[in-house]
Parts: sequence; C-alpha cells; structure tokens
Amino acid sequence: MEKPTKLTRRRFIALSLLGTGGMCLLSRCMNPPLSPWLFITVREANLLDALVEQIIPSDEWPGGRDAGVTNYIDRQLASHYARLQEAYRKGLLAIQETCTSRFQKRFEDLPFDDQTKFLKIMEAGKMDGAQWANGFDRLFFRMIRDHSMQGFYGSPRHGGNKNNVSYKMMKLDYPVIIGQNRYNHKPDGK
Amino acid sequence: MGNKHVNAIVVGAGAGGGIVAKELSLAGLSVVLFERGCWATYDDSDTDELRSQRTTVLGNGYGPDDLRYKRVIENSDGSTTIVRPSEGGYNNVAACVGSGTVSYGAMAWRFMEEDFKLKTTYGSIEGSTLEDWPITYDDLEPCYEKAEWEIGVAGDDSQNPFAPPRRKPQPMPPFSHNKEAKLLYDAAKRLGYHPFPLPMLRNSVPYHGRPACIRMRTCCGFACPVNAKCGTHNTVIPIAIESGNCELRINSVVSEIVVDDHGKIIGVSYFDEKNNKKTQTADLVVISASATETARLLLNSKSKFFPKGIGNEYDWVGRNLQGHAYTGAYGIFEEEVYDDLGPGASVAISDFNHHNPGIMGGGVLCNEFIRMPYLFAGVRPPGAARWGREHKAFQRLNYKRVAQAVGPYQEIPKFESRVVVDPVVKDFWGIPVVRLSGSRHEKDVEGCRFMSEKAELWLKEAGAFQTWQSVGGGKGLSGGQHQAGTCRMGNDHRTSVTDKYGRIHDVPNLFVADGSLNVNNGGFNPVLTIMALGFRVGGYIANEWLKGNRFK
Repeated sequence: MEKPTKLTRRRFIALSLLGTGGMCLLSRCMNPPLSPWLFITVREANLLDALVEQIIPSDEWPGGRDAGVTNYIDRQLASHYARLQEAYRKGLLAIQETCTSRFQKRFEDLPFDDQTKFLKIMEAGKMDGAQWANGFDRLFFRMIRDHSMQGFYGSPRHGGNKNNVSYKMMKLDYPVIIGQNRYNHKPDGK
Repeated sequence: MGNKHVNAIVVGAGAGGGIVAKELSLAGLSVVLFERGCWATYDDSDTDELRSQRTTVLGNGYGPDDLRYKRVIENSDGSTTIVRPSEGGYNNVAACVGSGTVSYGAMAWRFMEEDFKLKTTYGSIEGSTLEDWPITYDDLEPCYEKAEWEIGVAGDDSQNPFAPPRRKPQPMPPFSHNKEAKLLYDAAKRLGYHPFPLPMLRNSVPYHGRPACIRMRTCCGFACPVNAKCGTHNTVIPIAIESGNCELRINSVVSEIVVDDHGKIIGVSYFDEKNNKKTQTADLVVISASATETARLLLNSKSKFFPKGIGNEYDWVGRNLQGHAYTGAYGIFEEEVYDDLGPGASVAISDFNHHNPGIMGGGVLCNEFIRMPYLFAGVRPPGAARWGREHKAFQRLNYKRVAQAVGPYQEIPKFESRVVVDPVVKDFWGIPVVRLSGSRHEKDVEGCRFMSEKAELWLKEAGAFQTWQSVGGGKGLSGGQHQAGTCRMGNDHRTSVTDKYGRIHDVPNLFVADGSLNVNNGGFNPVLTIMALGFRVGGYIANEWLKGNRFK
C-alpha cells in the first residue's frame, strides 16, 4: 500500500521553489512521489481524476477533472470526511488491484469506455475478489459518485466547481446577487 | 459563582421557547432563556448548498456540530448505528437562536379543525395511538392569530375554501406566484381544485420594522440576507430581551432538570460556554427543546422521585415520534418553467387534506422552494442514468424545465416510534444521547401513493410531457425537522404526558412548549402550530402568575 507522505503543503511549496530540476531529482530518488495534496497521494490523485471524469465527463462543458472535483474530495478527506479516509484508501487500492490483475493496466490508462464498463460492474455490486466483499463495491461507487456530484455542483468554496463551471452550465446566477430586487411583483397572490 | 434565582427558565430558543420567553418576561417574570447554539447570521453559510438546512453533507449551517453531538439509531434488525448531526438519520433540528425559524421555508399553516380530533373523525386505527387533542381548533385559534400578527404572516386564506375559520385576516398580503406556480395555479383551476397563495412567515411588505422580501430563491434552508424572514430570533426574542426581564444564555447545554429533597422541580443543571457544569434555579421550568431533545431531557432527569424520568411514570415520554412523509411528483416541461423568483413555493391546494376515501388524513400539495444543483443530481425519472454523459446532459437540459408538486403527508402516530436515552453512548459533555427506534405506520405509504397520484395529475394538466412520482412514507423512522408528538397533551395522565396547558401531569411547575405536545402533526408544516402552542402555554403561565399562582 502506498503511504501518504507527511510533507505539508507549505513544505512542498518550499521544496518546489528549488526549481524544476530539483523536483525531478527529488521525484526520482523518492518513492512514493511527493504529494501536493492534503490526504491523497499523487498516484491516488491520478486515479481519482479518471474516476470523477467518468462520473461527470467533459463534453462542450468541462468535466469532473477540470472542475477540480479531485481537489474537493481531497480537501474533505482531510476535514469533514476524515472518517472516510480508510474507505477511500482501501477502495482506490482495490480498483487498481482489480484493474491490473484483469487488464495489466492502471485504471486511468484504460480507454474511456472500458473505464465506464468497469464502474458499471462496481455500481451493480458484481465485482469479484475479497477486497470487494460485503457490498463494498457498491458502497464505494456510491461514495465516489455522491462526492463527485458535491464537488461539481456544490459551492466553489469547498475546492471544486472551479470557476463556477456547473452554475454557468445550468444558467444559474453566480455569485447570487444579494440585496437587489430584480423582479417586479405585485403582492396580490394572483 | 452561583446564578441568581429567577422566576422562570425556558430551555430552547426556537419556535416555542422564544415565544414563551417573551410572554413571561412581558408579564414581569424574570426569565433565563437557554440556547445550546449561538446567534446565526446569513454570512455564516450564505448560499452554500452543502452546508445548509437543505443539504447537510458538509455539516449543518445552523448547528448542531458534528464534533460534540451524536445519536444512536436502532436498525430494524436490532443493531445500532451512531450518527452525527450532518447525517440523515440524526433527525436534526437547528441549534441556534431562533432554531429552525432562522433558515426555514416558513410556511405558516393553521392545522384544520379535523386535525384536533382525528380519532373522532377516523375512528381507531390498528397499530396506532390515534387520539383527539384535549383542545379544539377553536381553543387554539386566538393563539394562531397571535403568532400570525406578532411573528408576521403573508397570506390570504380567503382563497382557500378548506381553511379553518378565523377572526382576523393574515396581516400581510400574499406573495405573487413565480412562473411554475402560475402554470400550476391555472392547471388546478382547470381540474376543479382550489389553488391559493401559500401563507408564509415572511415579509411581503415592510412589517414590524423589517424590510420586505427581495425574492431571492436561495431562501428555504438558508438565513435571510435582509432579515425579511420572520422567526423568533428577530421578533419575540429581541422583545423579551428589551423588556429587561429576560437573559438569553447562549452556548449553554441543559443536561438535567434538578429536583430537591421533596421532589419539587427547582431548576436545571447545564454546561456553560466554557463547558463548566452549573445550576440555575427558578420557580418554574418550560422545556422547548424539540420533540427529540425535550424527551431526552425529561428521560435524563432521573431521581428517587422520578425513577423513569420526569413525566414518564406511564412510559409515554418519547413515544409517538412523528414527522412528515414528503410525497409528490416531478414533471418535465417543453419550455423552461423554473425562474429565480423566491421564496419559490407559492401555490398550494388543500383539496386532499381530509375526507379522502380510504385514507387517514392527507396533506397539502405545493410547488417546491428551491432546486439546488447538487440535490437535483438525484432527481431523475425511473431508469435514467445517475452519472456519466447522460446524467450531465439531463442536468443541463432539464434543470429549469422540471417542476415538482409535493407536500407533507400526515403520518399515523405509532407508540413504538420513539425516543429513549442510550444506556451507553454519551455526548461531548457526558450526557446520555438520544436513541431513536421504530418505523412509520404501514398505512402511511398508501396515503402517500394517493397524494403522489394527485400531484402527478396536477403536473400533467400543467403541461408536463413526462412525469414520475416520488412516493414517501417508506418504513423507515420518521422525525426530521418536523418532529413532534413525544410529550403529547391529554386529559388522562396514564395515556399522555402533559395536560391541555402543556404542564407535565402531576408536576405543578414544569411545562413543555414545542412540537412534542402535538397529538398528531397535521398535513402541514407544523411551525405555526408550535408557535401557537408557545403562546398558549406562555399565555397560561403569565395569566396565572399575574393572578398570584406561583405553581407550588
């Protein structure tokens, strides 16, 4: 299992100031690679990017990856969803293990449609293997789906919905205008 | 440091308690009003869907917090689960000054005359503790009027032929309809129903020194940015404080009702804002902590005089927990029907509240308040994709083309649906927590299906080309923000907890004033009834006090 690095974000930024060369050097000699995330590892982030892009794919509008949904999930796992850290670590590992044993590829390297098929099996609760026992496949899929929706459609203050992308897509006001009566109305109930 | 003795303690600064505190302090009693939360403002959560009273996935915007509070849920197989306030099973009520009245949708319903005599109207129902109230609608009517005028209601009941009789109209004109409500209004007329503007605890015009509503739709589930929503926090509680007789003690968690060596109630013990345990004594105590927390406080107050908790000699405290099964339908229209004109819900029909063949009660049906983007991701017709490209296309195409008709179905009370205190689990302060068990009555789902069919027909008539039902009333536990019934009022001390003035049977100086008193919960949002009961209980105590009664 990949261990999350204890490096803080501040320290990461300090290290990154060493310059690109320094970063390459560091990433070559350290395993696992340095993570700019609060909880997840770089590898987990790559997988999560692919997963959230499956839940809300890019079309004429950006999808989950570009909307920062991975960032939303990482931030919540380091705070309000700290109780779900173990489930995430276990679930992400189980996805990669299943994927590499079946396709000899990491999930994020599978073609898009194959990723979709994989997740549909998970959603239906039909994954094989001890790591998916007791309905963990369905449970973990729902977790990723719900958290992706939160990150994409929730307030940008929590780290997702970058540039209010979902609000723009749904033709919603952003930010909501306060203290302005934009409508003519007569108080007659008709 | 000891606290100075006062005449009255009120526990909980919500819909009921805020009103009691004002009634008592204006009658000259010295009052301490306890609130476990603090003052909430719009800026605390602004329009953040994920931290509101509408979606609590990242926490309750208006309390309680996940760090210090928890509850135990008893599952149908007997196993238990610990839940935090931001999780659905907790059955949360907001913890702040004003409680739910800060962030509510603010529908201002009077229960109907039949709601006070369900047993007389429908007879006994197997598996239910259905009962008449010890008071009639006429007894409570003056208190409804006080709630409407002192807190502030916009509405026009003259357009609702099923509304119970009233002496005075609502003080403010009703809100105008938004786009979808206009469609539904006309459709209801064509169907021969009787649509009318929803009564709202919200200023349609400037009232009591506060401005008119600015018609933002991000309203239900959020505090008001301009203070146009009427709660106890911006009406009666400030009046109580200004009287000089009421001290509001926030961030203070009451843990137990204190009894002296003779079995007399002498006050409460509580944890102050620094978590120090303290005692406050008083001549009388009023509990207005919500149906779950009021029951918990009574059950946690055990002594040799009250070995099963206060008021619980016959095992009725915490029983008959009920909320509302929300039921209705969705429809998709060819054109956009959703506009941003708040507060959102504005049209209602009460044609299916009582007198439906084969159904106990019924409920009101309304259009919806606000459609939040995240919650809408869960709104799909049967069989539609819940994620992926199809999900996203639906979200984009239909967000403003969907309308919902929905309402609270009056649940059938059950003795087995209940609040107890958990024998093991304790909260941050070491106080035994609420443990919830039971399920809805099996007939509730039949009533919900009936209501959902009517809602679907209504949407079709309004022009929806695709409709589907969302049927409530599943077997799960009820409660929620409309929680009620756990200390029902009655004339027989063996089958109820309080008398018709909210006084705990056989205890002279301990009262309840919140939804716990409701014998049943109406086919309506219950807050105006809770406020009316606040005026009834508070008014009774104040009158008796002025006559010299010291409740000894």
